[in-house]
Amino acid sequence: MMLQRVRRTVIAALILTLAACASYPPQKPASDYPEPIFPAKRILPPGHDDQMSVYDPWEGMNKHIYNFNYHFDKAIFLPVVQGYETVVPDFARTGIHNFFKNFDDMLSAVNSLLQLAPTKAAQSTGRVLVNSTVGLFGLLDVASLWGIPRPMEDFGQTMGRWGVGQGPYLVLPFLGPSNLRDGIGKLPDFYVRSMIQDEVLSDDVRIASTVAWPVDTRANTSFRYYETGSAFEYRMVRWLYSTKRRLDVEQ
Amino acid sequence: MTSKIRIAVRCVAGVLAYLASSIATASVVTVQNYEYPISDRFVATVVGTPVEYEAKLPSIPFEQRSIDIFPDRKTPDVFFYGKELLYSVALQDHESPLIFLIAGTGASHEGSKNRNMAKAFYQAGFHVVSTSSPTFNNFVTAASYTGVVGDAKKDAEDIYRVFEKIWAELEQDIEVSTFNVTGYSLGGFNAAYVAKLDETRQSFNFENVLLINPPVSIYNSISLLDRMINNIPGGMDNFDKFFDNLMRAYINVYKESSDAIGDDFLYKAYKALNLKDEQLAALIGVSFRLSSASLIFTSDVVVDFGFIKPKGLILNRYSNLTQYNEVANRIGFTDYYHEFFYPFYKQTEPDATRDEFIAAISLEEIEDYLRDTEKITVMHNADDIILQPGEIEFFADVFGTRATIYPTGGHCGNMSYSDNVAHMVAVFTGGGAP
Repeated sequence: MMLQRVRRTVIAALILTLAACASYPPQKPASDYPEPIFPAKRILPPGHDDQMSVYDPWEGMNKHIYNFNYHFDKAIFLPVVQGYETVVPDFARTGIHNFFKNFDDMLSAVNSLLQLAPTKAAQSTGRVLVNSTVGLFGLLDVASLWGIPRPMEDFGQTMGRWGVGQGPYLVLPFLGPSNLRDGIGKLPDFYVRSMIQDEVLSDDVRIASTVAWPVDTRANTSFRYYETGSAFEYRMVRWLYSTKRRLDVEQ
Repeated sequence: MTSKIRIAVRCVAGVLAYLASSIATASVVTVQNYEYPISDRFVATVVGTPVEYEAKLPSIPFEQRSIDIFPDRKTPDVFFYGKELLYSVALQDHESPLIFLIAGTGASHEGSKNRNMAKAFYQAGFHVVSTSSPTFNNFVTAASYTGVVGDAKKDAEDIYRVFEKIWAELEQDIEVSTFNVTGYSLGGFNAAYVAKLDETRQSFNFENVLLINPPVSIYNSISLLDRMINNIPGGMDNFDKFFDNLMRAYINVYKESSDAIGDDFLYKAYKALNLKDEQLAALIGVSFRLSSASLIFTSDVVVDFGFIKPKGLILNRYSNLTQYNEVANRIGFTDYYHEFFYPFYKQTEPDATRDEFIAAISLEEIEDYLRDTEKITVMHNADDIILQPGEIEFFADVFGTRATIYPTGGHCGNMSYSDNVAHMVAVFTGGGAP
């Protein structure tokens, strides 16, 4: 019931943001206006490369989703996170976060295996074993205390490892910056995660996790749309994300 | 508990050292037995303070708020999110002194330096109100009266208006004994002019004012920072290669330190990367350039000046900004002063010359005021990278014993070092200037 209402609100908001673009009057091309004091054609060396270019053929749609995510954050997501942080005490939130990190480690183990990366696979598996037992079902991150490194491998990286390029940049609703490869990669990750959770969690915990996971994730993501202070934020974030993912795969 | 005692002892020791040294020396306060661990000024500027040398500060209820400074103003759609000014507060539940914090160039109210200061002052019993630099994108769109920032007096008026409006909102909820203000870097410079403005406006009658690593002449400092970008091998056209190498090395360190992106990360990264001074200078230059590029474009859009965006062209939140970004990344802050700032204000002040404009954005312009005003103190570093050779003498000359010059720390690198934090707090709790 509640979920349905949320879904309806979200869809309405999505439609509203998408509709908003229709209200901008068509613009004359920039070349029809008087030349600025520092025009691109004088400042940029001929034949230069765009230093921060990222393949983004869906920029228009991406910017709409980016904008939607900002409004969703503001109206729903961040208030929920704030409520969560007010109601649930510090130590409990840390426990919940560790609990979900433990599942991330399981996925890292699986993906490291798929990448034929034995060290990472061993590290992730070791972490899961330690944290699921000594760490009381993952609520305590004992493995980090013991200094076991924490590789973070997802299916997007696994595809990258086997030569799949990033593809077009993609801003996902709710989830934010991504690309076609990583976006698709989220599906098998999600599927495997659900399978594991179905196996090891009781029904109550599983249902609670479904609600708590996104909240915990948002609570531990400091990124806020349009708050970097850069007038060129979309481009900057796009470039940083792509660069980071490229290097993640290379390493 | 023991750590609390240790902090208390350090604070007391800090106050005593501060008082003793200021009585002992006739002119400027020079600091002896200073154990901040980084002697290279570029390293200090980039890396800051290694975690074991940092003041141990508690987590505090640091809460973001927003306020509409100009309710009638229409914000350009491309900056639709910048209608209201964002700031943050940490408030006590009983009558306490209040301190305003002003961030440095391009920095926000919740940047790490402001956050750290907020912790120190909140712990010392202050209400803290943290504001962004007037050069921060959100400040330009939401709180700059003209939309063109960088003028000492006009920026101070904008900041003062912001302080007044924030106070009008807080007034119902908290009790305040005294008002104080501090800022670092450009924020320190701003604080001096805000203090001067307060003498006539008297909304706050500031009790104490602390300037941390301020420039003397803005123009001199931005000239230095503009030139640092030339340390990129091959110049701005090789910016991505330079940055890529750095990111790559950075991620290597990041991988090796597992997921512990702790407070010590930068220091570890620096040690592992073994960066040279030129690379560090390039990094500082790039960071400054990204801030200035953002600022220049924001002002250009807000006042439709036709600087890098064609005059009359209206951008919206979905517009592609690539070309403007590329151009802005290649324009120095000095270009902004000559080709935008000066002609813009020349329209309203036709008699002022270019040199007069530049001279006016300097602490020398209000030297007499600073010389006579006991409530203003300075904390600076002898090896600060934003000062031209000799400029540090200005502080000794004008502020005398009200200036404390640390031998090392670069530009703001020692701000979270335990001695400096103790000093900062002591300025406001120890009765101010001795």
